[in-house]
Amino acid sequence: MPSTKVCVLRSAGTNCDQETAAAFSLAGARAELLHINSLVSGARTLDDFHILALPGGFSYGDDIASGKIFANELRFKLADALRKFIDEGKLIIGICNGFQILVKSGLLPGNKQWDQEASLIINDSAKFEARWVYLTGPAGRCVWTKGLEKIIYLPVAHGEGKFVTRDKDVLNRLKKNKQIVFQYCDAQGKISGYPDNPNGSLESIAGITDSTGRILGLMPHPERHIFSAQHPRNGNLKSKSGDGLWLCQEDGKPLPPGLQIFKNGVKYVKEKL
Amino acid sequence: MQYKIEVVDKPGIFDAVGQGVSKDIFDLGIASVKEVRFIQVYTLEGNLAGGQVLSICQELLTDKVAQDYKILSGQSNNYLKANQHIVEVAYNPGVMDPVEASVLKGIQDLGISSVDSVKTAKKYIIFGKLSPAQLKTISEKLLYNKLIQHVVSPSLVEGGTKHLPGYRFNLITIDLIRATDAKLSEISKKGQLFLNLNEMRQIRDYFRKIKRNPTDCELETIAQTWSEHCYHKTFRGNITYKESKATPALGNITIKNLLKSTIMKVTKELNKEWCVSVFKDNSGVIKFDKDNNICFKVETHNHPSALEPFGGANTGIGGVIRDSMGTGLGAKPILNSDIFCFAPPDLAFNKVPVGSLHPKRVMKGVVSGVRDYGNKMGIPTVNGAILFHEHFAGNPLVYCGTVGIIPKDKSFKQTNKGDLIVVVGGSTGRDGIHGATFSSGELTHESETVSSGAVQIGNPIEEKKVLDTILQARDQNLYTAITDCGAGGLSSAVGEMGAELGAKVYLDKVPLKYSGLSYMEIWISESQERMVISVPPKNIDQLIAVFANENVNAAVIGEFTGSRRLELYYQDNLVCDLAMQFLHEGIPQIAKKAVYIQSKHREPKITAKKNFTADLLKLLAHYDICSKEWVVRQYDHEVQGGSIIKPLVGLQNDGPSDASVTKPLFNSNKGIIISNGINFRFGFIDPYWMAASCIDEALRQIISVGGSLKEIAILDNFCWGNPDKPDRLGGLVRAAYGCYAAAKAYGVPFISGKDSFYNEFSVHGKSTPIPGTLLISAISVMEDVRKAVSMYAKEAGNLIYIVGNTRDELGGSHYYDLYQAVGNNVPKVYYEEAKKTFSALSKATEKGLVKAMHDCSDGGLAVALAEMAFSGGLGMEIFLAEAPYSSLDKRNDFLLFSESNSRFVVEVEKAKQKEFEKILKGNFFGLVGCLTKKPDFKIFGLDGKVCLDANINKLKESWREPLKW
Repeated sequence: MPSTKVCVLRSAGTNCDQETAAAFSLAGARAELLHINSLVSGARTLDDFHILALPGGFSYGDDIASGKIFANELRFKLADALRKFIDEGKLIIGICNGFQILVKSGLLPGNKQWDQEASLIINDSAKFEARWVYLTGPAGRCVWTKGLEKIIYLPVAHGEGKFVTRDKDVLNRLKKNKQIVFQYCDAQGKISGYPDNPNGSLESIAGITDSTGRILGLMPHPERHIFSAQHPRNGNLKSKSGDGLWLCQEDGKPLPPGLQIFKNGVKYVKEKL
Repeated sequence: MQYKIEVVDKPGIFDAVGQGVSKDIFDLGIASVKEVRFIQVYTLEGNLAGGQVLSICQELLTDKVAQDYKILSGQSNNYLKANQHIVEVAYNPGVMDPVEASVLKGIQDLGISSVDSVKTAKKYIIFGKLSPAQLKTISEKLLYNKLIQHVVSPSLVEGGTKHLPGYRFNLITIDLIRATDAKLSEISKKGQLFLNLNEMRQIRDYFRKIKRNPTDCELETIAQTWSEHCYHKTFRGNITYKESKATPALGNITIKNLLKSTIMKVTKELNKEWCVSVFKDNSGVIKFDKDNNICFKVETHNHPSALEPFGGANTGIGGVIRDSMGTGLGAKPILNSDIFCFAPPDLAFNKVPVGSLHPKRVMKGVVSGVRDYGNKMGIPTVNGAILFHEHFAGNPLVYCGTVGIIPKDKSFKQTNKGDLIVVVGGSTGRDGIHGATFSSGELTHESETVSSGAVQIGNPIEEKKVLDTILQARDQNLYTAITDCGAGGLSSAVGEMGAELGAKVYLDKVPLKYSGLSYMEIWISESQERMVISVPPKNIDQLIAVFANENVNAAVIGEFTGSRRLELYYQDNLVCDLAMQFLHEGIPQIAKKAVYIQSKHREPKITAKKNFTADLLKLLAHYDICSKEWVVRQYDHEVQGGSIIKPLVGLQNDGPSDASVTKPLFNSNKGIIISNGINFRFGFIDPYWMAASCIDEALRQIISVGGSLKEIAILDNFCWGNPDKPDRLGGLVRAAYGCYAAAKAYGVPFISGKDSFYNEFSVHGKSTPIPGTLLISAISVMEDVRKAVSMYAKEAGNLIYIVGNTRDELGGSHYYDLYQAVGNNVPKVYYEEAKKTFSALSKATEKGLVKAMHDCSDGGLAVALAEMAFSGGLGMEIFLAEAPYSSLDKRNDFLLFSESNSRFVVEVEKAKQKEFEKILKGNFFGLVGCLTKKPDFKIFGLDGKVCLDANINKLKESWREPLKW
């Protein structure tokens, strides 16, 4: 079985690269940190990898708008390589700033021309906020979210995370195609307002996938919940169900939900690629 | 050709920035504004084809889903209607605009290379009836700071980017060797050198001996090296100290070197094998595990934050992060800690000193500055505190700390003769001139005009790039030493690195942001995001390539020579030639006088009461005690994935954590505990006991989360008034001796520290000092983070213990503050008793017997109990008579609100009662009650009658309300 190789792509201002690589390693993949310059210069190629991960951070300082400059690099410098990568059936995950990049480059929700149809704009609270959120995952087509329980618990940390679409049609298409992967909710799984929905996202959308289900973008940080000790109430672990901690199981052992997401990606590669 | 482009949210998109400003205007007391709309403005200069401008607008500057753009030319604002006002704010020439480089890069990515410059501006359209005076107030109080920004005239496109004039070399010398004393003083004052007459004479004598006059560059170099900020003259000088009526008495003594007599003495005497590098490097280093060390440094950035809160705090945190990057051969920063002191945010505008900003604006700016830099660097801010007092109105305190992790074999540096001097990172501009000397004098109402050059804003992404590449170069063993460019700029960095060897620098080789800088400005500029490294010549190509690969500047600017001289050239002209020995050892010994007279404070008159619920509600809403969630949430405390005990904990993740616990390595459960102790109120009574209490507070927080006294190191940060005034210095001496006594008794060494003096604000000659404030930061290694304990109540039915003795020590308490009194019975520390308690509790947490533990400090037992209860969403029933106490005249309020040291509230399961009590045997402790499902917080007084009764949600609301902005 070939080992799963992950490219954790970074640029000036990326800052969740190491923990994202660690999460993939823990999930059984071989993760490599790669600076975007080495792809643009041709020193390295995406052909070497099965999974492309766009980690969180403040690429180019979030100047102009979050993820914008990185997104343009993908569109104008790496388009061919990326199209090939996607056409080969490989996987992409964009977390936080990575999600912003995927949306602003038009890869998500995704259409042939990579035309931008959605955006992540400044939070309704007008400020950066870090907090843990409950997420509910409507049964969807995404390969990254298989086997997740109904409610999971992950932290968000962003100032520009409010998901909006160009128009109602885009939203309806997302719903119809089951491309909405995560929605912010309360501890019981009910869609609710601030602060459960930390940024005012349309329909409480926290993460979406493309029409193939192989590209996932989400604002919350799964790489920050790969150990149970990272859970904010780790001191009181015999919690009742519903608080998103012990819901995933592997070999009868509890599995933090963030780790489950990375394992899904690795498993898919091992089975399908 | 110039293009001005405005980007605005599409109709229907919520304008969050505009809304925020709107709310702030209302808070200013102006109710007539209906709406504020925010517009981002870009001004491009270059030769562009029409299609290219459109492409830049559509593909880069605008989010086509949420925004529209408009390209302006000529008269742009004729669409303005009645009762609409425009304020457009742009950066002053010479102030770095961090967005500029990103936009240029984005334009190049589009294949367009003909744009020469980009400027950004923020435009606000304000709807509503406003007088010109009101508009001015809004602009000045909310929208811009004239030190770094200006309002662009609204009616026209601005006349291009203001180009700075070029520079033609002209060597400037100062006639020192013939100068009289009066002239010497004048030279020091006019040049903002902040050197005293004695020091000026010493410099004159040196130049008389070598028979020439100094250049401006030489004089500046000496002034910076000898500044209080760099040399710590007060702590290292001679002090004649006299005191009266103080307990414990220090007597009338002569102190040769206060630092070596107190702070450093403890470390030397304790001689801990796990202390790796103390008081030498840019931060203190202790052992972490068999492969790694950790380092910790806390800095202050008070004066810059007073003038420009965002920029001051921004560059403050940026600077202390560089301290970590400049430790050993470069540590990786893994967490930040930020502690602030402000005047109350509701201070009446007429009480704000002339020339100062309103404290709410200062606070918002400081928090934004820390948020911006810390978050963008990807370093979690996991610990902090915010305190308030009116005397911080002109001079707030901003402490920023960073912990780094560093491989054991990279923990030391050694510059060698022949190594090249390389400056890495940001280019040098005219920003931050005179920061080091500026912070060595008092702030006045004129500082904002006189010292505006000292103010700057940072570019965290530049520093992040430097960090990413430095660590690669470090791991490839490409350089031999590294230090950061902080206060004093290259002058201080090269001066320190070359102190033993000597250095030769070619100033024209330093990369500049723009032309026009003189050789002297290049040398002393404090432009941010720069590091200096020493590189063996054989490694230089490989080293430059590491940086170039990620678009980081690295330039060879000179070499370390072995001449023991500091030689600076500009275009082949020698502009500085000083003996390193004179520079570093020539400073005359300073002698200062210190006097401490124990003052007597008014005791409050508190009439006997039966119920203290109202007092508790008031205390919970005290600015010092209330929830800081509004601040904490703006910091990313989860990045790097290592946060275990977070700053906010509890059923709803909103309770006030004690210390933080961080797990820095993915493959190990070993952790780092960080805490802080700060309480200037005790210092009103006696700085000696303030210091001891601060140390106790920092240590008991570490105990609270499951740490132990075994391996704790501490840092001191003194922020004090003018040390040339004997009364201020007297308090400082007592504080330093208090530090010695407590650290020695607890066996915790100091590993690093910093002092910031001249924290006074004078208006027309009348000076107000800040309360002398000591911050103790503590760091400890925790064997297994899975044993960490948090402060919130866990389960109904569990038992509540109070551990530690409560005494009649209400002096300096927040309870007395409710009565505008200070009192005299300052809390003391009973070391033997406390050490025993600490080690018993460590044993209990190690054995897993503790479900929750909370440190008892500001507001006393009542506040600690209430916080534990409402954070866990549970009620409590407490019987005060079971709590250990002595000499309290049987007063419930004293027991509830005294701030005696070394006390804890502990939750234990019933099943663990026996085992827990067995471990605690011989200590002051009492089983005082239990947790209830019913959300009532009820305390029975010493007489057995209810003396405090409230719903926990009401308590929590009172605690959350004051800073819920």
